[in-house]
Amino acid sequence: MFDVVVVGAGPAGSMAAKTAAERGLNVLLVEKRQEIGTPVRCAEGISKDSLSRFVEIDKKWIAAEVVGAKIYAPDMTEVVMAEEMAGNEVGFVLERKIFDRHLARIAAKAGAEVYVKTTALGFERTDNGLRVKLRRLGENWEVETKLLIGADGVESRIGREAGIIKTLRPSEIESCAQYLMSGIDIDENYTYFYLGNELAPGGYAWIFPKGEKSANVGIGVLPSMAKMPAKYYLDRFIEKVGIKGKIVEFVAGAVPVYGEISTAVADNIMLCGDAAYHSDPITGGGIANALSAGYHAGLVAAEAIMAKDYSASFLKRYDGLWKSDFGERLRRNKKLQEFFLKLDDSTLNSLARSIAVKKIEEMSVQAIVAELLKTNPNLIELLREFFT
Amino acid sequence: MRRKAVVDRRKCAYCGACVAVCNINANELIETYLEINDNCNGCGICVKVCPVGALSLVEG
Repeated sequence: MFDVVVVGAGPAGSMAAKTAAERGLNVLLVEKRQEIGTPVRCAEGISKDSLSRFVEIDKKWIAAEVVGAKIYAPDMTEVVMAEEMAGNEVGFVLERKIFDRHLARIAAKAGAEVYVKTTALGFERTDNGLRVKLRRLGENWEVETKLLIGADGVESRIGREAGIIKTLRPSEIESCAQYLMSGIDIDENYTYFYLGNELAPGGYAWIFPKGEKSANVGIGVLPSMAKMPAKYYLDRFIEKVGIKGKIVEFVAGAVPVYGEISTAVADNIMLCGDAAYHSDPITGGGIANALSAGYHAGLVAAEAIMAKDYSASFLKRYDGLWKSDFGERLRRNKKLQEFFLKLDDSTLNSLARSIAVKKIEEMSVQAIVAELLKTNPNLIELLREFFT
Repeated sequence: MRRKAVVDRRKCAYCGACVAVCNINANELIETYLEINDNCNGCGICVKVCPVGALSLVEG
């Protein structure tokens, strides 16, 4: 019998498995794909601080380091957010294929069993825990466990089967498409964000440098607002902005933009990462919160095993931990997302123009909103409606 | 006539977006292979969410 079965070997799952295994738990980490980390479903950007909180930085999986971000309004008004100090890189663009494998490997090194090409089909409750039904290399296989951690991504079945989460609606998910392009001529010290209802309805387009003149060029759109698939808008964006380069990889994906769920636990079960809709509703960034959630789920798993208490009421400690770390940001950024979704392109243009000359020294959503409020006091009234 | 979602495998980028939004668990992503089972009620949400336009609804 396992102490913990973790489903999904992305950043959340591997971090949970590692944390639990380090504390002496008997851990099984399963991944449905045959190769961890591929195909990538991610733009791969993360802030330096949120990464180094949980992982020792290794250049092997850093594709590029950036000093800031450039944001473009629909009329191409540019807003620059950057660190003033030279050499003070604030963000990374990862090589997820290597990063995810690295995390799974350190989970294995900590003592977790890792099985790939193993799908979780469901679970049933037993007298002292759960029986998890798996399909491993095509064969059915059942394991008993005290705890189950669902880190099974945006398409999580565990969360839905456990009754923790509701299925996402088309207004709660970003539909994304991305090319890895080579031969791109950009300043590789920045990430680039392009806004506009026509360009990317309910989302944005991005260019994230990956070194040696290559970059992730992608787009996310909100299906409730977009009339065409994400790939259509991506191709149109590349043409419109005039990005010259060769497409050497194509990936698609979906990102929850739900906001904070009330709880990520049920009896014997915890959810983390995209499975718990932990990705940021404004930026779509998910790695940082996934690492934090995985770490805290692993900690609480160890405490639960120690206390021999696997009830939802005990596991709510995990809710307390992830919520105090980033729950408020999810709530606030969901409100901000709803606010920004209502702005038309000409309003976006004038807002961008109002702060285009300002120096925004911090690369964060807060920093840009603070600057907008400073320059456009009338926004405070509008925002207040969203926050009450 | 009953409608049902079908996948164009030549377009599908097996990202799982459709699985995330299916209310009745009528689909499953097995590695790179998207399977749509007979429970599909043709609601069309997956068609709307697919980033690459690989899904469509057909009669029957």
